[in-house]
Amino acid sequence: MIATLALWDGQRLVHLSAVDLVIIVFYFALVLAIGFYLKEQANTGEDFFMAGREMTAWVAGLSFLSANLGSLELMGWAGASYQYGILAAHWYWIGAIPAMLFLALVMMPFYYISKTHSVPGYLKLRFGEPSRALSSISFAFMTVLMSGINMYSMALVLKIVLGWNIHFSILISSVTVAIYVALGGLRSAIFNEVLQFILIWAGALLIPILGLVEAGGWSGLKARIATNASAEYTHLWGTLGHFRDNPMGIHWTGIVFGLGAVISMGYWTTDFLVVQRVLSSKDLRAAKMAPIIGAGFKMLVPFIVILPGLLAIAVLPIKLVGETQAVATGGHSYNEVLPLMLARYCGPGLLGLGITALIAGFMSGMAGNVSAFTTVWTYDIYRALIKKDGSDHHYVNMGRWSTVIGVAISIGTAYLVMDFKSIMDYVQALFSFFIAPLFGTVILGMLWKRASSAGGFWGLLTGTASSVGMWAWVKVDPTALRYVALSPYARDMAENMYRALWSCLICVMVTVVVSLLTKPRPDAELKGLVYGVTEIPAESYVSTLHRPWFWAVVVGAIFVALNIIFW
Amino acid sequence: MKTGGSISIWFFIGVSLLVNGVLILGAGIYQYVHPPRVAVVLSQLHAGIWWGALLTVIGAFYCIHYSPGKGRV
Repeated sequence: MIATLALWDGQRLVHLSAVDLVIIVFYFALVLAIGFYLKEQANTGEDFFMAGREMTAWVAGLSFLSANLGSLELMGWAGASYQYGILAAHWYWIGAIPAMLFLALVMMPFYYISKTHSVPGYLKLRFGEPSRALSSISFAFMTVLMSGINMYSMALVLKIVLGWNIHFSILISSVTVAIYVALGGLRSAIFNEVLQFILIWAGALLIPILGLVEAGGWSGLKARIATNASAEYTHLWGTLGHFRDNPMGIHWTGIVFGLGAVISMGYWTTDFLVVQRVLSSKDLRAAKMAPIIGAGFKMLVPFIVILPGLLAIAVLPIKLVGETQAVATGGHSYNEVLPLMLARYCGPGLLGLGITALIAGFMSGMAGNVSAFTTVWTYDIYRALIKKDGSDHHYVNMGRWSTVIGVAISIGTAYLVMDFKSIMDYVQALFSFFIAPLFGTVILGMLWKRASSAGGFWGLLTGTASSVGMWAWVKVDPTALRYVALSPYARDMAENMYRALWSCLICVMVTVVVSLLTKPRPDAELKGLVYGVTEIPAESYVSTLHRPWFWAVVVGAIFVALNIIFW
Repeated sequence: MKTGGSISIWFFIGVSLLVNGVLILGAGIYQYVHPPRVAVVLSQLHAGIWWGALLTVIGAFYCIHYSPGKGRV
């Protein structure tokens, strides 16, 4: 029944046993079954695109997190932690938790009360059609690119671990996602994301547990890393005083202001991929609790992503290298950390579940992108700009077809991604192009009633253009890095952080100046959209233990404690 | 907990954990009885047995608790 585990045979990392294959096939069958089961409940636009707005806080919260837990999180950040050490955990803590709590307590009421179906939809209500058109087109572009990244990462895993043909892997995974999202819409995507979230933990949790046993606990791990790499790899803040002092080549200001205040805020509060899950909540309290529940679990994710990367530094007998060098030398790249650690500890059965966890992560990320793309395409581009008078049934059909077309475009972008040396650097560049300026526009729109329609549009346009411009400037003249990232010692990640910060500031400044020079909208038109003219429903009828702010304080306290412990 | 259909999402999760747990537990016991020639690191801990058992118990609980027949959605 159980085949021999054969490591490092040059063709594939491991041989799967029959039981491993059964586990993987069962997973594919189950997600497809859920899609077919939910097809009957996706007949109206509200059902297909918003999951009927009836999700509980737990389902919306886990889905909110799972949609983000794609290849970027699993493969990319495990590889990044091997490269940069525990600094990678910043993307889970300061790079997520404050933003998720801010979304829950400050921004969600406006999204929810306005009854918008998307973030570009909110921009339409607040700033008018041009801002929506700009935002939706750039979002659609970014989404299919991100979906391609997920697809490529999954195909890479299947090629490395199982020896599957990369083209076959891309085809089978994308067709599966296309089927279950096209059938059941957002509800099917959310159901599967919750399932995938559980499977990711069930399949990946053994790596840090067994890895810590082998390394001799946390102190043993630190000692081995100090020997094999550098003691700097286990400090979260202590090495951020200068660009030269840490493996990432970044300064603490880049982490705090670029990542924590701009990129993170932009991603978690305005990226429709994640916001869409929360908008499916059944009521405002569930919508506020969902990101807080997500934040609680987000703080734990480094245990199954960052820790395996650190453990790999400590226990793997080989040195991992960049993707380009790995291809040239036949070695293993940073992005293969998780499969390598799976192969190290997991025998038959466990290996199948571990591979399933990786596939589940990739599929949840891809499905998240595809379902968000479908909604924005159908509501904010097709209905707004191409066919305004279609029936609800017509738009649902368009949603199903755009799911298939979105997946097809993603397949094309998957091949585009193969040329980039590091998946994560590529993604951060994309975020700084589109997400950082968008955050400036949305936050001003929600908190400053004087912001005008022209201010919103021109701020968003100049912010995005300036970000792309800075990126191109450094590409053409690498010495320009000293101006964009404030230091000649800065590296790719630092450049992305500062570029996001500058583009957001440019967006804010242009929005403010143009708004002050143009006519504001009357207060009556801004009800439900802007702080100060919107009445937020009170929550006096629930106990303290059921109030979002209470749990936000709890999550915030744990977040502070983690940063101090791993300082 | 209403999450869309008459079958709760938690029931699907229970089925997944139960099936995976039984398969992993079975494979772990088989390996215990017939140790492979090339073993993984820390194979002496028999992770497949206790991890499979844990998943089986959790999966069975969710299957029963959120069974469609109980009327809970």
